[in-house]
Amino acid sequence: MRACPFDAIRMMDLPRLSSTDDISLKKGRGKAVIDFNKCTLCGACIDPCKFKAILLEKETKEAPTAHLKEYKGIWVFIEQKKGKVQSVSYELLGKARELAGKLSTQVSGVLIGNDLDDQLDELIWHGADNIYLVEAPELANFQDESYANVMIQLVRKYKPEIVLCGATSIGRSLISRVAITVNAGLTADCTGLDIDPQRKILLQTRPAFGGNIMATIISPNYRPQMATVRHKVMPIMPADKSRKGKVIREKFDASVYTSRAKLIEIVDEIETLVNLSEADIIVSGGRGMGGPENFKILEELAHVLGGAVGASRAAVDSGWIPYSHQVGQTGRTVAPKLYIACGISGQIQHLVGMQSSKVILAINKDPDAPIFKVATYGIVGNIFEVIPALTKKFKETLKR
Amino acid sequence: MQIIVCIKQVPETTQVKINPETNTLIREGVESIINPFDMYAIEEAVRLKEKFGGKATVITMGPPQAEAALKEAISMGIDEAILLSDRAFAGSDTWATSYTLSCAIKKISKFDVILCGKQASDGDTAQVGPGIAAHLNLPQVTYVKKIEEVKDAKMRVERLMEEGFEIIEIPLPGLLTVVKEINEPRIPSLKGMMRAKQAKITTWTANDLQANPDYIGLKGSPTQVVKIFTPPPRQGGQIFHGDTQETVEKVAGLLKDVIIG
Repeated sequence: MRACPFDAIRMMDLPRLSSTDDISLKKGRGKAVIDFNKCTLCGACIDPCKFKAILLEKETKEAPTAHLKEYKGIWVFIEQKKGKVQSVSYELLGKARELAGKLSTQVSGVLIGNDLDDQLDELIWHGADNIYLVEAPELANFQDESYANVMIQLVRKYKPEIVLCGATSIGRSLISRVAITVNAGLTADCTGLDIDPQRKILLQTRPAFGGNIMATIISPNYRPQMATVRHKVMPIMPADKSRKGKVIREKFDASVYTSRAKLIEIVDEIETLVNLSEADIIVSGGRGMGGPENFKILEELAHVLGGAVGASRAAVDSGWIPYSHQVGQTGRTVAPKLYIACGISGQIQHLVGMQSSKVILAINKDPDAPIFKVATYGIVGNIFEVIPALTKKFKETLKR
Repeated sequence: MQIIVCIKQVPETTQVKINPETNTLIREGVESIINPFDMYAIEEAVRLKEKFGGKATVITMGPPQAEAALKEAISMGIDEAILLSDRAFAGSDTWATSYTLSCAIKKISKFDVILCGKQASDGDTAQVGPGIAAHLNLPQVTYVKKIEEVKDAKMRVERLMEEGFEIIEIPLPGLLTVVKEINEPRIPSLKGMMRAKQAKITTWTANDLQANPDYIGLKGSPTQVVKIFTPPPRQGGQIFHGDTQETVEKVAGLLKDVIIG
């Protein structure tokens, strides 16, 4: 019963006639019954049932299983912005190398854009055996349709067995479109990837329910197996400058490079000077900050530490700080090496956005605040005394 | 303007708590709500209709209880609601879900724009919106934080990116997924709530959609869940009370290596 994330299993008292709609099991004084209005056939209950009484049968459609063997190799979509490869792509190359070892296959990067020759060496040094390079002026900046068209052409031509992509704004929009068109399974925002030793397929682990549960997912009968991967989870392989690789330059008909939606302008916001998702240190404020003017002391501390300022939903909803700073379920997910939570109580929907931080320091006047249950270090005190004191202390010790 | 909004009914995850003894979700009494991001899509649809005239239709794929979500959308100002409900849809992953929704949209056939929330708070995939666009071969813009202008069958929108935003012009018909920044969802008026109470919800089954049985439900889903588990809970550490200066000295010492390293 507890295994079911949808609350679909109930204990019913005996006696009970089983209809064709019930799966009834005898369990002590009652039977467990599944409510099919709530059951989503996710299969979470099958393992935990001690009596092995639950059977989930799936009719597989005529998936082209015979052709699965034609698909080989692990691809990583290399995300570039303004001609520069983004760090998540290096993380994925490293992970792809590890997976490729278990499958005895090669790692290829897919790089789309224009004038990118200066980026190729780093990709090879970080793990790519091959790079599929598609360049055209129309492709200089990311657009959903044109990039999807190119990916689809490449996937159909070269048949990779696995395609990985960063779970970024670009990545998640792009790969969703590709997966539908090439009829592939796609798992979003993975935090764990592995290869099943028997079946030689990709095991994709990712959070759901705002991070309250983890799910492991497979796409056994469809190729390629596609996954977007969370940023700052997979470690980057150190660059090996002795590595060699092949660059395959592909060209397609101009119609492939067109996009009906047109990119008019890219506007970088000076405010988010330190990009929240990239920041190694985040100083974050919640309801306890009391008002927008008080965020100044957080900015000062963040500045001394070289970090960014974050906020809980309560602070953003109160209008004290823009939404771009929001951390949590409906804001950003961050995983900095240090997260300082100031006047934040620690509701689940905030925790899911920052609980992967390496070290959490919580400052709150309420000793019972839930945040103290997950903080590495906690200070019970007045944030308006503690934070300036910390800023002063770090200014001295870090000589900033 | 003909607007279609796709929504999902989800459990209220903010209410969901972990049982500290068993490390599982406590699901008793957890309410079902409209997926938070979809509220912004509904609100934007109503605003577009108020500005340009026309009709807004909301659709959802779910069990019969999802009707409540549709009624709530009507109370906010949506004109028509359609429930896609069929045993055959159970077990759908994002591929099958986006296919099913796209079948319904094909059946509605006349539309200018489709609005979706960025992602659902239970699945958290953000895949269904772009998936629908792909099934219907429509242009898409995701993470829309503002619709700047609607003119000559085109929309000029702002798309939220990690370091700022992009301005994109999308021809209609097209699909947008929206983020929180786009608006503030209204509280339904009394009149709206009465409309919702009296509203008749249309229900379509797999047959009504003429959906290919190979592409829906468990059968139509390329991905499968093999395991669900609760992540090991993060443990609390040292808590300091007392004199501010002393505490700050201690903590700064503990954190110095973390900051520099």
